[in-house]
Amino acid sequence: MAPTSDPQTMQRSYLWQDGTLRSWLLTTDHKRIALLYMASITAFFVLGSLGAALIRLHLISPTGAILSDETYSRMFTMHGIVMVWLFLVPSIPVTLGNFLVPLMLGAPDLAFPRLNLISWYLFVMAGALVVYGLFRGGLETGWTFYTPLSTDYTQGRVLPVVAGVFLSGFSSIATGVNFIISIHQLRAPGLTWYRLPLMLWALYATSVIFVLATPVLSITLVLLAFEHVFHVGVFDPALGGDPLLFQHLFWFYSHPAVYIMILPGMGVVSEVVSTFCHKPVFGYRFVAWSSISIAAIGFLVWGHHMFVAGTSLYAAVVFSMLSFLVSVPSAIKVFNWLGTMHGGAIRLDAPMLYALGFIGLFTVGGLTGLFLASLASDVHLTQTYFVVAHFHYIMVGGMVSAYFAGLHYWWPKITGRMYPEMWGRTAAALLFFGFNLTFFPQFLLGYEGMPRRYATYPAQFQVLNVLSSAGASILALAYILPLIYFIWSLFRGARATANPWQATGLEWRTSSPPPTENFIEPPVVTHDAYDYAALDHPAPAPQAEPPHV
Amino acid sequence: MTWLPAASVHAGQVDILLGGLLLISLAVLGLVFGLMLLNIIRFRVGSRVPVSAETVAHKSWRFEIAWTSVTLAVFFALFLWAARLYVVGFQPPSGAIQIYVTGKQWMWKVQYPGGQREINALHVPLGRPVQLLLTSEDVIHDFSIPALRIKHDVLPRRYQSLWFTATQVGAFRFYCTQFCGIGHSRMTGTLIVLTPTDYANWLGQTPASGSLATRGEALFIHNGCSGCHVSQPYSPGADDTSRAPSMVGLYGSQTMGPDGQRVKVDNAFLHDAILHTATVSGQAAAYATQMPSYRGVLAEEDLAALIAYIQTLSPSRLSGVGMSASPERKGN
Ligand code: HEM
Ligand SMILES: [Cu+2]
Ligand SMILES: [Cu+2]
Repeated sequence: MAPTSDPQTMQRSYLWQDGTLRSWLLTTDHKRIALLYMASITAFFVLGSLGAALIRLHLISPTGAILSDETYSRMFTMHGIVMVWLFLVPSIPVTLGNFLVPLMLGAPDLAFPRLNLISWYLFVMAGALVVYGLFRGGLETGWTFYTPLSTDYTQGRVLPVVAGVFLSGFSSIATGVNFIISIHQLRAPGLTWYRLPLMLWALYATSVIFVLATPVLSITLVLLAFEHVFHVGVFDPALGGDPLLFQHLFWFYSHPAVYIMILPGMGVVSEVVSTFCHKPVFGYRFVAWSSISIAAIGFLVWGHHMFVAGTSLYAAVVFSMLSFLVSVPSAIKVFNWLGTMHGGAIRLDAPMLYALGFIGLFTVGGLTGLFLASLASDVHLTQTYFVVAHFHYIMVGGMVSAYFAGLHYWWPKITGRMYPEMWGRTAAALLFFGFNLTFFPQFLLGYEGMPRRYATYPAQFQVLNVLSSAGASILALAYILPLIYFIWSLFRGARATANPWQATGLEWRTSSPPPTENFIEPPVVTHDAYDYAALDHPAPAPQAEPPHV
Repeated sequence: MTWLPAASVHAGQVDILLGGLLLISLAVLGLVFGLMLLNIIRFRVGSRVPVSAETVAHKSWRFEIAWTSVTLAVFFALFLWAARLYVVGFQPPSGAIQIYVTGKQWMWKVQYPGGQREINALHVPLGRPVQLLLTSEDVIHDFSIPALRIKHDVLPRRYQSLWFTATQVGAFRFYCTQFCGIGHSRMTGTLIVLTPTDYANWLGQTPASGSLATRGEALFIHNGCSGCHVSQPYSPGADDTSRAPSMVGLYGSQTMGPDGQRVKVDNAFLHDAILHTATVSGQAAAYATQMPSYRGVLAEEDLAALIAYIQTLSPSRLSGVGMSASPERKGN
C-alpha cells in the first residue's frame, strides 16, 4: 500500500512548496495552473448560474415575473455566452486535463509550460472583456450572434464581447497545441498509444477540434466586428452581404465545439466506470477510436442547425444523414460502458454515481438529438424548448455531471484530502433528480410549440414552466452542496492515500498530492491501461468469465 | 392545458414520425437503464467474479459489430422516413393561394391576392392549399405554426416559402421563433381557418384598395418599368421589345442565370431581379441599356404587388410555381 499523505508529503507537494502569491501567479507547474483555471471557471459558472436562476424565476409567470423584455434578453445572452465560452468549452480540459495529462503520461509537465500559463492569462483577459461588455451596456443577440441582428440592429456592446470570445479562442488553441504535442512527445517509456488511458484519447480528440475549429470562429467574429463597426457588407443583405454565410461559419465552429464540450466528459466517465467496476473498459479500441471519429465526423454536420434557415433541399438531406452517422460512435460508447459494468465489482461511490448519471442523461440527450437530426420532426421542434432541453441534457446533465464525477474522483489526488462520501452521494442523487425536473418538462413545452428565448408566453404553458423552475431550485442546491463540502474538505477532510480507489493510471502511482516534479522516479509502463490483475497481484490465475453479456 | 391540435394531414404524419422516434427512444432507454440496474444488482462488490482482460478483448469484437450495425440500420431507416416527409415542404401543389407575409421588428404584415391586408392575423380557407411567401424588412425572423408542425426562417430581402392545406376549422397560434430583438416574444399572431363560404365572406367584408395585381400594375407604370419592359400581349413596336425582356409569359418560364445556367422564373427570382438584376439574371448582356436597381426604392409590399401583377401576364402558367428548390438559386 502506498503511503498516506502525511504532513511531510503535503509539504513537499506542489501545493505548499512555495506559498507566495507571486509563485502562484508566475507558476509554470501544470498542476497549479489547473487550480488557477479551476478558480476562474468556477467563478464564471457561478455567474452563469445566477443568470439561469433569474431566467427561471422570470418565467414563473406568463407575463414575465421580474425582468423587462430587454433585461430578459440580456440575461439569456449573458447566460449562454458565459456558460459556453467561459465554462463549458474550457471546463474539463483546462482543469482536470491540465492536471492529469502530464501525470497520466508519466511526465514532469506539459510540453510547453509557459504557453500553458499564457493561455490562462489570455483566458482571464477574455473573461474580463466579456463580463465588461455584458454588464456595462449588455448585449441582446443570444450566444449565437445571428446577423444582421448582431451587426446592424443592436444597441448592445458587441465589440467587447466579441473581442473577449475571440481572445478566449487563442487560449483554447494554446491548450490544444500543448496537449497534442505532449501526448505525442512525452509518453513514459513503454506507454504506447494503445496503453494510454481513454481520458487521453478523449483529450487528444478534443485538442484536434480546438486547433482546427477555433480559427474559424475567430475569423467569423472578426468579420462580424468589421460589419458592425465599418458597415462593410459581409452578412447584412441591406449592405450586399449574405445572412446565411454567418450561420454556416458560426456552426462550422459551434457544432464541433459541442464535441469539445462532451468528449472530455466521456473520457472522465471511461476512467471512473473502469475504476469503480475494477475491470478494464470493454472494447478499449472501439472507445478510443470512437472519440477520434466523433471529432472527424463532427466537422461535417453543422448544417443540421439550419434545416429551416433557407439552405437547399440537398444540403439538408446530406446533413441529416451525416448527423445520424455522427451519433453512432456515441452510441458505441454507451454500450461499451454498460459492457464494462458487466462482470465487474461495482462500487457506488460518488464519482460512480455521477458517472452513471452522465450515462443516463447523455443517452436522453443523444436520443432527442435523433428527433432533431430527423428532418421533418426537426422542422417542428427546432427553435423551441425542445432544443433547449436537448442540449441541456447533454451539456448540463452529461457534461457537468462528468465534470463533477471527475472532481470527486481526482479530488484526493489534487488536494490530498478526501471529500465526505455521504454528502457526495447525496449531491449526486439530488443533481439527477433536480436536473430531470428542470429539463424534462421543456421537451413537452417544445412539442407544444413554446419558442425559445421568449420573455413572455401564452398562459397555457405556465404549468410546465413552473415545474421547470421548481426543478431549477433543487438543481441549485445540488451545485451549492459540493461547493461547501469541497471547501470544508480542504481543511478538515481525511488525508488521502496515494491510490484511494485502487485505480490503475500512472497518476495514482505518485503521492497525493503529487510533488512539484510529479514523480520522484520517472515511471516505466509495462502493462495495458486498466490492468487490474497486475495491480491486485499476487493474483492467482484468473477464472473463466461469466457465460454471456 | 390542451394538447396540441394537428390541423393538417402533414401534422398528423409528423406526429406519427415523432411517435416512432419516441418508441425507439423508450426502448433504448429501457435497455440502458435496465442493464445498468441489472449490472449494479448482480455485480455489486462482494458478489464478484474476476474477469481476465484477454477474454474480454476477444469477445468484444462480436458485440461491437453487432450493436454498431443494428444502430446504423435503425438510424438509416429513421433518416429516410423523416427526409421523405421534409421533401414535401419544397413542393407546393399547383393552384395554391399565394399570400405574402412580411416580418419586421416586431410584427407580421399579411397581404392577400385580393388586396386585403392585416397584421398578426392570417385567414385561410379549409381544404385549399395555401402558399406563404415570407420575407423580412430587417433582421431574420421565423414563421412557425405549431398546429401545422411547420416553420421557416424569414430572411431579409429574400423569399422563403411555406405551404400547407388546413384540415381543421379554428384559431391556431403562430409565433416568431428566431430571436429578433427585445420584442421577439410579442411577435405572435393567430391563424384562422374558415370554411370556404366563411372565407369568401371574410374576403368580401375586408376592405381592400384594389387587388394586389391592380396595385402592381400602377406601380409598374409609376416606377418606369413599362418604359423598357413590354407588358401587353400584342407588342406595340419592335423598338420597345429590344430594350428589355418582355414580361408577357415570363412567369413560370425558363430563363438564363448570371452564369448562363437555366433558371426558373418564380417569385423569388422576380423579387431578386427587381432589386438587383445582375446577380440573378444573365440577360443583361443582350440589351444595350442597363436596368437600374430598385433597392431602397420599392418596399417589400410593393414588390409583392408587382410580382402579383407580373404573374397575371402569364395566365396559363399561374399555378404552383412558387419556389424552386434548386441549389444554385437558393444560395445567392
Ligand atoms: C454529443 C453531444 C451533443 C451535444 C453537446 C449537442 C449539443 C447541441 C446544441 C448546443 C444544440 C443547440 C444549438 C442551438 O440551437 O443553439 C444542439 C442542437 C442540435 N443537436 Fe445536438 N448535441 C449533441 C448530440 C447530438 C446528437 C447525437 C445529435 C444527432 C443525432 C444531435 C443533433 C442535434 C441537432 C440536429 C440540433 C439542431 C437542433 C435545431 O436547432 O434544430 N445532437 N445540439
Ligand atoms: Cu450541432
Ligand atoms: Cu422574433
